[in-house]
Amino acid sequence: MKHYTYLAAMGFTLIGSIWLEVFLKVSVLKRIRRVLLTILPVGIAFVLWDRFAITQGHWRFDNAQVLPLNRIGGLPLEEYLFFIFVPLAAILTIEAVRKVNTHWKVGDER
Amino acid sequence: MSYTFMTLLVLAVAILWDLVIVRTRLIGRRVFWAGYVIIFAFQLLINGWLTCNNVFLYDESAILGVRVFYEPVEDLVFGFSLVLTVQSMWVFLGRRGIRN
Repeated sequence: MKHYTYLAAMGFTLIGSIWLEVFLKVSVLKRIRRVLLTILPVGIAFVLWDRFAITQGHWRFDNAQVLPLNRIGGLPLEEYLFFIFVPLAAILTIEAVRKVNTHWKVGDER
Repeated sequence: MSYTFMTLLVLAVAILWDLVIVRTRLIGRRVFWAGYVIIFAFQLLINGWLTCNNVFLYDESAILGVRVFYEPVEDLVFGFSLVLTVQSMWVFLGRRGIRN
């Protein structure tokens, strides 16, 4: 079970934010092109930054608590999920706040 | 380059991105801070739980050693920068007409 620690945390991140799409109807996943154009470039930049920190030896992963798979570019699979799910949660959150406080400006209003 | 310096660098780039490069100016908006408070609470919970369980093992000489809820303060700075950059990019694209 220990191998699932990091994966479980990523599952919780996804579940803890995706309900905003379902129940608050923020319609983020419906705007999938905009989602991908946001997450891909930002995610890639931060993954590169992350890999640099790891190659510098600033921190490392406990092999016993990530999936027993081969590393992809030096990172466990869960780390890539982090750079997809956390940005998605960030987008869902700002859209949820906008939905609840309709008079608060985000900056992309027509 | 210490992890502390690396996170300050990424914070500077994120703020520069938001204020100067794409000028979304989220950092000056209530909508951003209201959302960040929620995200921050979840980061403390989820990342704190992972750090408490030693999923991430830090080189103590690369960090300040200041920890909030088990997490090195550097991770909080990193999280803030990631959230700001992502949301700024999202708003920037929307403003440029990429709405779907």
